[in-house]
Amino acid sequence: MRREIPLIITTVAGLVFAVSYFIPHWPFGEAESIFGDWISIVQAFAIWLGVLSLVKVSLEKVSRQPHERPYALVTIITLVGTIVAGLWAGIAGLGQTPMVSFRDTAAFSWIYEYLYTSLTSTMFSILAFFVASAAYRAFRARNFEATLLLIAGFFVMGGRVPLFDLALGSVTGVDTSIFSDFADWIMNYPNSAGQRAIMIGIALGIMSSSLRVILGIERSHIGGES
Amino acid sequence: MAHTIALIILALLGVSLFYVVYQTIVGRPVERRIVFAYIGLAVSLPLFLKMTPPVSVTTDVQNLADELAKLPAGSRILCAYDYDPPSAPELQPMAVAFTKYAMRHDLKLICMGLWPVGPQQATMALEESLADPEIAAKGLVYGVDYVNLGFQSGQQFVIQSMGSEFKRMFPKDDRGSFYDSIPMLNNVVNFSNVDFVMNFSSGFPGTVEWVQIAVDRFGVKLGAGNTAVQAPQVYPYVRSGQLVGLLGGMSGAAEFEKASAEPGRASTFILSQMFGHAIIILFVVIGNTAYFKAGRRSTGGKS
Repeated sequence: MRREIPLIITTVAGLVFAVSYFIPHWPFGEAESIFGDWISIVQAFAIWLGVLSLVKVSLEKVSRQPHERPYALVTIITLVGTIVAGLWAGIAGLGQTPMVSFRDTAAFSWIYEYLYTSLTSTMFSILAFFVASAAYRAFRARNFEATLLLIAGFFVMGGRVPLFDLALGSVTGVDTSIFSDFADWIMNYPNSAGQRAIMIGIALGIMSSSLRVILGIERSHIGGES
Repeated sequence: MAHTIALIILALLGVSLFYVVYQTIVGRPVERRIVFAYIGLAVSLPLFLKMTPPVSVTTDVQNLADELAKLPAGSRILCAYDYDPPSAPELQPMAVAFTKYAMRHDLKLICMGLWPVGPQQATMALEESLADPEIAAKGLVYGVDYVNLGFQSGQQFVIQSMGSEFKRMFPKDDRGSFYDSIPMLNNVVNFSNVDFVMNFSSGFPGTVEWVQIAVDRFGVKLGAGNTAVQAPQVYPYVRSGQLVGLLGGMSGAAEFEKASAEPGRASTFILSQMFGHAIIILFVVIGNTAYFKAGRRSTGGKS
C-alpha cells in the first residue's frame, strides 16, 4: 500500500488536471480546485521543511565542524532574528487600526533592505565580473557556430543599450536607432525561432514524462525504479 | 566636481586599454583582477556622471505603454511581483516606474506575489511611489486605491485557482484584513474583474506561467517586465500576441520610463550598463584580435 496509494493519488490528480483544462465543469473543475488547495498546503509545509532542514544542517556544523561553526552560527542567528522581528511586528500590527503588515515595520524592513537585499544583490552582481573575465579569455571565434554567437552577442550587447547608436550618431551627426532596431530584430526573429524550437521540444518531453508518471510507468518519485 | 573626476578617470581607463591590447597580443593576457577592476570602474563611475543617454523606445515597450494609456481612470490592475532581491537592481526600477505611472493615472493596483519575498518588493515600490510629491498630494488610501494581497504558496496553481476566485487564494491581505472588508476588492471575484495584469518576473513561477494559465485559459491582458536573462525566453509570447508588451532588463525599464514620461532610476543606471557592455565588448574584441594574431592558438588562461 505504501506504493499503491501515492500512485493512485498521482494518477487521479494528473488526469484531473489534464481533463479539467478542456472540461472545466463539474466534477473536474471542483476536483481541480481541491487539488490546487492541496498543492498550496503541501508547498507551505515544504517551506517549513526547508527551514527545519537548514536549522538541522547548521546545528550539525556548529557541533561537529569547528571551521564551519562561525558561518553556521551566523545562519542560525539571522534566521531566528528575522523570524522574531517578523512575528513581533506582525502580531503587534494585527492589534493596530488600520492593521499593519510585518513588512511595513521598521525592524523587518531594515533587515530586508539593508542586509538581505544588499547581500544577495552583491552575490548576483559578482557574475558581471566573471562574465567579463571569461569573455576576455575564452569567447573566441573558433568555428562557425561560435562566430555566429559572437556576432549576435556583439550586436545585442551594443544595441540593447544606446552604445552603438550613440557612437554612430556622434560620428555622422544624425540621431539613429539602427543598431537598437537590429538588436531588436535579432531578439524578435532568430531568438524567438530558436526559443520556440526549444519550448516545443521541452513541451513534448514534459508530455511524455507526465504520461509515464500518470500511467505509473515512471515510479522514481515514490522511491521505485522507472 | 564628481562628474569631471569620473569623466577623467573613464578617459584614462579608455587610454589604458591600449596596454591591455599590447599585453594580450604579445601573449601575456592581463590577469583577471585587472579585468575585474575595469568592470568595477566602468559600472560605478558613470553613476557620478550627470548625463542621461538617449534611449530609443522599442515596439514591445511602446505597445505596453500604449495599452496602459488606453485604461481609463479607476481601472483595476493586478500586479504580480515575482522576483527577489538578487534581481531587484534590474526589476525594481521598472516596478517603481510602473507603480508610479499607475498611481499618477488613478489606476487601482492589486499587488501580490508568487515568490515569498515578492510582496516585500511590492511594498518597497509602493512606498517609493507614494513618497513622490505629486502622488503624495493625491492622498491615496490603502484598501481604496491600492492593496497588497501578499504571498501565497502553490506557484502556478495559485494563478489557476485565482481564475475561479481570488479570495480562495488570498482570504486575507498582507496586513491581515479580510478580503471582503477591503473596499476596492468589493466587486473583484476573479480575472474577469481586472482590466490588466502586469507581471515582474525573474524566473519560475513567472511570466511563462502567467501566459500559460492567466492568458491562455482566462483571457487576461498581460504585460511583463523581465530580467535581461529571462527576456529571450519570453519573446515568442510577445510575437504570438499573448503578451501585450515586454520590458526586458534595465534597458526595457529605461525605455518604459521614457515612453510613459516617468523618468526614474533606470534612465540613470542605463549609463552604467552601457559602459559595462562597452568594456565587455572591448575585451572580447581584444581577446579575439590576439587569438587571430597568434594564428588561432589559445591566448587565454585562467578565467
